[in-house]
Amino acid sequence: MNAVAKKASWDEAYNFAYLDEQTKRMIRRALLKAVAIPGYQVPFGGREMPLAYGWGTGGMQVTASVIGPSDTLKVIDQGADDTTNAVSIRRFFKRVAGVATTEATEEASVIQTRHRIPEKPLKEGQVLVYQVPQPEPLRKLEPRETETRKMHGYAEYGLMHVRLYEDISRFGHIATTYSYPVMVNGRYVMSPSPIPKFDNPKMENNKAIQLFGAGREKRIYAIPPYTRVKSLDFDDHPFEVQRWPQACALCGARNSYLDEVVLDDKGGRMFVCSDTHFCADRQEKGHRGPMAADPAARAFARSSETSEQKEDDGR
Amino acid sequence: MYVAVKGGERAILNSHKLIAETRRGDGQVPELSVRQIGEQLGLAVDRVMTEGSVYDRELAALAIKQAQGDLVEAIFLLRAYRTTLPRFAVSEPIDTATMLVQRRVSAAYKDIPGGQVLGPTYDYTHRLLDFALAAEEGVGLPEAPEAEAPLDEGMPHVADILDHEGLIEEERPDSEGAEVFDLTREPMSFPAGRDQRLQNLARGDEGFVLALGYSTQRGYGGNHPFAGEIRMGEVSVEIVPEELGFAIDIGDVVVSECQMINQFEGSKEKPPQFTRGYGLSFGHNERKVMAMALVDRALRAREMGETAMYPAQDEEFVLYHADNVEAAGFVSHLKLPHYVDFQAELNLIRKLRQEHQDRLEKEAAE
Repeated sequence: MNAVAKKASWDEAYNFAYLDEQTKRMIRRALLKAVAIPGYQVPFGGREMPLAYGWGTGGMQVTASVIGPSDTLKVIDQGADDTTNAVSIRRFFKRVAGVATTEATEEASVIQTRHRIPEKPLKEGQVLVYQVPQPEPLRKLEPRETETRKMHGYAEYGLMHVRLYEDISRFGHIATTYSYPVMVNGRYVMSPSPIPKFDNPKMENNKAIQLFGAGREKRIYAIPPYTRVKSLDFDDHPFEVQRWPQACALCGARNSYLDEVVLDDKGGRMFVCSDTHFCADRQEKGHRGPMAADPAARAFARSSETSEQKEDDGR
Repeated sequence: MYVAVKGGERAILNSHKLIAETRRGDGQVPELSVRQIGEQLGLAVDRVMTEGSVYDRELAALAIKQAQGDLVEAIFLLRAYRTTLPRFAVSEPIDTATMLVQRRVSAAYKDIPGGQVLGPTYDYTHRLLDFALAAEEGVGLPEAPEAEAPLDEGMPHVADILDHEGLIEEERPDSEGAEVFDLTREPMSFPAGRDQRLQNLARGDEGFVLALGYSTQRGYGGNHPFAGEIRMGEVSVEIVPEELGFAIDIGDVVVSECQMINQFEGSKEKPPQFTRGYGLSFGHNERKVMAMALVDRALRAREMGETAMYPAQDEEFVLYHADNVEAAGFVSHLKLPHYVDFQAELNLIRKLRQEHQDRLEKEAAE
């Protein structure tokens, strides 16, 4: 914080990135421990943020502790840069840290996310910060923290396998579609946060550093770059991700996670990429989906594209 | 279209403007001042200070005004502000025996040294709507008569009277220099010490703590409580600055305190004796401190060798769910878009229904 810090201008009623330096130091220590023990949940003295618990306070504290004035921040919710809470968090950091923001995945040095991993592979040096509502993957099986901590301590994960097996005996396949538990570095079972299981394979050997912040539950955990992350499964029932019979209606992508968008009340709907930047980028490069020319679909796409411009008006 | 979550910045800013307009209400009606709230909605201010963990009437009143009287929202505002405050010192323990008492009652003894002092209380008002308060010209300046003689200076704690006979468990101070747990700086940990528990309950939602306390009275963990003493008044706060090395008075705070006395049948190690539950809050809030004292005692089950069978005795259940800022946040986060996960579930339900249909058809064919 010096010459560079001077360049970034923020609301000086607050310390850079809102939190005081002591708090940031405490969080960074927790982050270092988390990186050193991949998948282990580190308790930390989470602070009250000016955003409701459950709305990304953990992610915000992590972002606030790792961000510097020269960073470029991207914030997504459900894969989209223009969802209201993503806009709200981006505005917060514009105000209290004055950092540059972007929607382009490749331009961001820090990406805070809720419920998705961007489609575009991340690079070395990038930081992906996940917002985590419930860090404990075993919580639905055992409500007591004193018990689950023991289970992690002894790597006693039989209960989780039994749960997955019960799905198979009942439905013939595992019926977990998001928050699909992973084994990190062969030691800790970890919640990937409520990302769709479609995104789970992206966690493995990712070049970026992945940090997870759970504000309400006051836990931090991490996956360092190039770490083994395996979705739990059985030899005869291997893990598999969601597939769609459709391509993205706007950009024609066949390999991205699709959201179903209701167009009217007569059953009209289309499937589009949940990663808005990925979709817009493809369209810019000339890729067209089956509904790219449809007026209703265009209206939907426009409302997404102009969000950044609106934001600048509003400042 | 799902514009509600795809509206972006302009929609957010407009909603801010709309809430400002709604908060102000009809422009023909004079605007409420923060001082008016502080003076005339004092009990709301007390609750917000207690659960917001900041003793500042003006800030709490401002939070109430900003939140349109939504106290849970006001508590949240105050807590978020608190995060940005530096910590100068940790105070010495306050001594409530030296309290400048405004109210002090005991249900355990008819008369107590220092006397019963009713003070300002709604207890014996008949709960009839007072239409005089609704009059346009207001109520003027009601005045209470002054007592003929001042109150006794020192008012010993009622529980200490029992103490001399060993009928009630001793209250031992922490060892000199023992560090007090700080819930606002450290994550919750279990088993929880009494400091952590009492901080949690003091900050805990009044309604939640009240309901839990009530449940212990109705049979979900009965401890046969007696309101040993409830007192409210001013106490001074002292700190010991490192450079001085002795205590200096930094101001007074009004607190409410409750010592609940509970029967205890004794265990192998301990003879039968009365045990204590403790409640403390900023300002005047007897409902909170009484409920808190009941729950504190219920949560001492482990320490007393009692079997924890009821919700109020379940430490993790109570302490993890008492905070209304956490609870309100997590409940309200359901308003955030979840369409990525919902899409995943839609796909799954469609698949499961298809499999179900196929199975029925196969069975019919057989």
